[in-house]
Amino acid sequence: MLTISRELVDKIVAHARADHPDEACGVVAGPAGSDRPERFVPMENAERSPTFYRFDSMEQFRVWREMDDRDEVPVVIYHSHTATEAYPSRTDISYASEPDAHYVLVSTASEEETPFRSYRIVDGVVTEEEVKIVESYG
Amino acid sequence: MAIEVRIPTILRNYTDGAKAVNAKGATLEELIGDLESRHPGLKDRLVDESGLRRFVNVYLNDEDVRFLGGLGTPVADGDTVTVLPAVAGGAR
Repeated sequence: MLTISRELVDKIVAHARADHPDEACGVVAGPAGSDRPERFVPMENAERSPTFYRFDSMEQFRVWREMDDRDEVPVVIYHSHTATEAYPSRTDISYASEPDAHYVLVSTASEEETPFRSYRIVDGVVTEEEVKIVESYG
Repeated sequence: MAIEVRIPTILRNYTDGAKAVNAKGATLEELIGDLESRHPGLKDRLVDESGLRRFVNVYLNDEDVRFLGGLGTPVADGDTVTVLPAVAGGAR
């Protein structure tokens, strides 16, 4: 299960809406071992594409080193699908490389609602998980 | 002194869980060959017949080696090489 604050959900959705029709992507860092997403880090989609995303390699390097220095991990890795449902594509599955991360997918295909779903992707196997949205981590 | 190679979580099954290992070589290609001699299987996750795998990022100190010289990039004692799988995907 992914437990995430409403504030972070709102930020992810706002990023996805702002970059529509291109895919938006980013991470939410949290303390290593906590499984608690805390620090919102929107990333540039180096592909600037409606059907593909890739973190800019130098930005990824800086963000990953910053997480290392702060003893954080990418608790959430998110991206948007802009014309299809919020479910991992074959591409998403084949490139998934953080077995401990929650892969969050949002879909901006509809203007009325923004589905927000979370998955584990390990060794090519996708498992959807419950998303629990909380006002604060208490 | 040697060259420190930082290994991402997903490849640590090749390094007995180590986050960083030491290696030697005059170029990145030699360094990867040296790694392979002690961590069999790792090379195949980093390179294919055309060079560095497209969805693996390798950095020499603070630079992406794609902007340096790819596999031919010179490396030296005291350098740090960082491997990060690219974060990528999409609806396509």
